[in-house]
Amino acid sequence: MQRLPLKSKVLNENQIVAESLRERFREHGILCLNLISSPGSGKTALLERTLASLDPSTRVCVLTGDIQTDNDARRLAQYGFPVQQITTGGTCHLDGRMIEKHLAAWNLEDIDLLFIENVGNLVCPSSYDLGEASKIVLLSVTEGEDKPLKYPSIFFKSDLFILTKIDLLPYVPFDADVAEANARLVHPGIEIVRASSTAAGGLDQWLAWLTQRMAQAQQDALSAAHATD
Amino acid sequence: MHELSIAESILAAVRKELAGHPGARPIRVGLRIGELAAVDVDSLTFCFEAVVKGTEWETLQLDARVCPQRRLCRDCRNQFAVVEYNAACPACAGRNTSLTSGDELDFDYLEVETDATPAAQVKGAE
Repeated sequence: MQRLPLKSKVLNENQIVAESLRERFREHGILCLNLISSPGSGKTALLERTLASLDPSTRVCVLTGDIQTDNDARRLAQYGFPVQQITTGGTCHLDGRMIEKHLAAWNLEDIDLLFIENVGNLVCPSSYDLGEASKIVLLSVTEGEDKPLKYPSIFFKSDLFILTKIDLLPYVPFDADVAEANARLVHPGIEIVRASSTAAGGLDQWLAWLTQRMAQAQQDALSAAHATD
Repeated sequence: MHELSIAESILAAVRKELAGHPGARPIRVGLRIGELAAVDVDSLTFCFEAVVKGTEWETLQLDARVCPQRRLCRDCRNQFAVVEYNAACPACAGRNTSLTSGDELDFDYLEVETDATPAAQVKGAE
């Protein structure tokens, strides 16, 4: 019997695709954000209100994943920005190849911001790198405060935690401070914003985060271009 | 249930590795799975058995070792095992800590039989 050392990652094939996507996003100064949550936490609603509030000259595209139906793509397409549905046909997560395949329809030169709305699932999408700059996890106040402890992987891997539906806080026994403390227990450096997709000004914290990250991505692309001059 | 996709990735990687070792028969593939990897070992084992069933890889076994979360405190340099996902340092209570293991989903080894080590001899050694 011989023991061969095997030093690669199990999802090495996906990792290779993801790294190539990340490199292409970086070259073109695209900020790619991968939104992950349970079904019904408000990813599509947040994206709808975000698209509605963006300046029409913003060069934003959306890839939205679901197991079945193109309902979300139809909802998101109303705002005049390019949207594609990725229907996985049973698969519980998006992977790098799906992103690569759908991006082929767009010219990356024309994109500054790419949202990927993952399949509603708090577990499986956390294992698949899509080349994004950041994973963003959403949790709504109608869920449990202990979700960051029950699903630590996604809270650990996300740069930003958006607590959604905060307009419902008066009606539900949900302690937002406990939920945030739980997220920080799992991931001390995680950034947190509170959001409501229905209340006036409910997206202010999130949009401020987004504006700051987009400016930073453009800055990075400029310095990278100067470095190669 | 992404364990099925992962099981397929494991088999694909084993086949690729074996292409460089003609005549080697795979016995066992070792994995290191962090507790933050969001992969259920029982489910993965079940899926892997389903993926190899009826194929020439049917006897290939999975040896998945779960790696607990360990962190390093950047302030007091204490290395500690994380209990119940609490990332704070138990020595100085500082929260400036970084993960040193626990999120891996890596291959470890591939055990193979070659003609130089026939099955009978291997059984005798065990």
